[in-house]
Amino acid sequence: MRFLIRDNCITPLKDNKNSLPISQIRTIPQPALNPDYAYNPNLQKLLTGKQLLLEDLPYSIKEIQEHYENGYITYRSGIKYKRNQPSCSRCGNKEENWFAHFPCARCGELCVYCRKCLMMGRISACTPLLGWNGPAPEHHLPETILEWKGQLSLGQQTASNRVVETVQNMSELLVWAVCGAGKTEVLFAGIESALAAKKRVCIATPRTDVVLELTPRLKAAFPGISVASLYGGSEDRHLYAPLTIATTHQLMRFYHAFDTIILDEVDAFPYTAEESLQYAAIQARKLESAMIYLTATPNEKWQRECRTGRRAFTTIPARFHRHPLPMPGFKWCGNWQKQLKKEKLPAIILTWIKDRLENKKQALLFFPHIALMEKALPILRTLVPEIEAVHAEDSDRKDKVQKMRNKKIPLLLTTTILERGVTFPNIDVAVVGAEDDIFTESALVQIAGRAGRSKDFPNGVVTFFHYGKTEAMLKARRQIHTMNQEGVRKGLIDE
Amino acid sequence: MKLFPQAQCLICHEMIQPEMGWKAIFSVEKELILCSTCERKFEMIEGEQCKLCSRPFQFLDERFRHGEICHDCKRWEEDDDWKGYLDSNHSIYLYNDFFKEVMAAFKFRGDYVLALIFAEKIKDYYTKIQPDLVVPIPLSNERLYERGFNQAAALLIESGLTPNISLTRIHSEKQSKKSRSERIHIPQVFEVVEQIELIGKHILLVDDIYTTGSTLRHAAKLLKESGAKRVQSLTLAR
Repeated sequence: MRFLIRDNCITPLKDNKNSLPISQIRTIPQPALNPDYAYNPNLQKLLTGKQLLLEDLPYSIKEIQEHYENGYITYRSGIKYKRNQPSCSRCGNKEENWFAHFPCARCGELCVYCRKCLMMGRISACTPLLGWNGPAPEHHLPETILEWKGQLSLGQQTASNRVVETVQNMSELLVWAVCGAGKTEVLFAGIESALAAKKRVCIATPRTDVVLELTPRLKAAFPGISVASLYGGSEDRHLYAPLTIATTHQLMRFYHAFDTIILDEVDAFPYTAEESLQYAAIQARKLESAMIYLTATPNEKWQRECRTGRRAFTTIPARFHRHPLPMPGFKWCGNWQKQLKKEKLPAIILTWIKDRLENKKQALLFFPHIALMEKALPILRTLVPEIEAVHAEDSDRKDKVQKMRNKKIPLLLTTTILERGVTFPNIDVAVVGAEDDIFTESALVQIAGRAGRSKDFPNGVVTFFHYGKTEAMLKARRQIHTMNQEGVRKGLIDE
Repeated sequence: MKLFPQAQCLICHEMIQPEMGWKAIFSVEKELILCSTCERKFEMIEGEQCKLCSRPFQFLDERFRHGEICHDCKRWEEDDDWKGYLDSNHSIYLYNDFFKEVMAAFKFRGDYVLALIFAEKIKDYYTKIQPDLVVPIPLSNERLYERGFNQAAALLIESGLTPNISLTRIHSEKQSKKSRSERIHIPQVFEVVEQIELIGKHILLVDDIYTTGSTLRHAAKLLKESGAKRVQSLTLAR
């Protein structure tokens, strides 16, 4: 669309004369807020802290323009140019090969559009991004905000205090908590303190599974607070709530929205791989806000920043059940891929598996690639036919995980898809081909973290079968060892 | 600017590994648009097919085949109101799940650049039949504004052809809300802007998908009534 510029305000126009696509308007004027204007409260709820397209809103351009002219809505350009190079305001894309152009029927020009975030509705050089400039909706607080009555472990309590501090000081903090430390509970006090100060809170995570798992837990902990649960295709898309749980993708629709953002699993795919998601997280925070990062496995850069004092962090080095993390054992298994080609598995791996089957101990067996895993499946099924395999594109994934929980599957073969987020109470874990590049330090720590999760079965065997030790394997073992030592030193482990 | 830009697949965005071999070395360098994995997911319409509409006979029950034409075309051609208007339709691909996905990205999400994928094939067919005019099936003004571009015109432009705009749409596309009889009794969906241009011409109509063929037949009827000599259509898939 095109805008006419006049009297310190811009007006949408279909005529090409004297008008410009929004990206060509150097400074978009913002009319002053008219306190006497009766704004639409539904529009206020929809747009506060957001950046949306006209198509995202069920209101006419006429009503939206009126809000803009009275100072309640802002227009920003969807595409910005810097030295003739386009960048996308919503996803931060600046890469030339992620832009294309088309003869646009809306503005009548050759219009550049962003292909990176196309899934969320096309942003082109004539697309305005709408935001809210009026007061935020009021929300009323219940008498008690936090209804959770559980007890934090000593390690959790220390971290929880730091989280509260960070929320109040509007600063940044990394919570480095081992797998099974109970990190969700560590957030409760911080969230409560933010909500009590009428602040808007968001928990963001790269994975939809995690959003679905966290939502009921937070609703139960904060029963009087409305919670928006956002992922691709969720129903809460337009819900304004003091507490939002969202995938990092969904943050692209937010702009200067949150006083506190808690980013869960910052090291997980796709957050680390996609710059646009990191951009979205920064866009979604208010200029003055708190940012809390949560992970069991920070990357090397972050670890170094922690060691050298350049990053504020707190650790929870031990699990809530006060037992140490199982240490991975390394077992050389020769050229296992070559064996697989001959429809065989190395004897050392077969023995390990047979032991588990005989003792009726459930186990997870990780493979670096789907093809290799599917090669191993028929071989293992000759031992026990109930053995299953899962991977990311498996449509029965949820079903198989559930069957594993119900102990209907004795041994589950998997790719890295189950490296995090899933908990089976009493299992052993092995990696076949731990030398593969896909098994980074983080991946291996996460995989080892699947064992010994429950307080009734705090021990589990973790074995990395390899054809040559890698740096990542050694670093993973060192990281687990260091955490256990720290746990003992701080009196968080009982042995 | 990058000195050696690596080609990225337009559909899956993976880097394209150029295929090596004597052919690649000696033939004129072609711009790489798709990776071989995506390329293979398109299924060409091959083998025996309906002479009028390109419907492949391979998956069709014998009952719906009448010699060289399919049952649907036979019905159209037996109807005095419709017979003889559309001389033939050519479709390039089978309407499989992959095609559906690509088309959704192109048309509904508005990823205009995907038109390039089909440029070579469209150009080839154009060269083969050498029509006087290429006419894209038009969108209503509302729909055109909503999408930002007409997908059929985009296909032509990106194939290096000039879409002829002598056809416009007078009724909106949202016909699904109307009853069947209401739809049938709409005399025309389209309108001719410049009649003189059409007289005695060989016209190629272009649309993305051939479903029932009724849109194309409406257009063909109007064009013939306005003096066109021959009307064929090209659709990407059916």
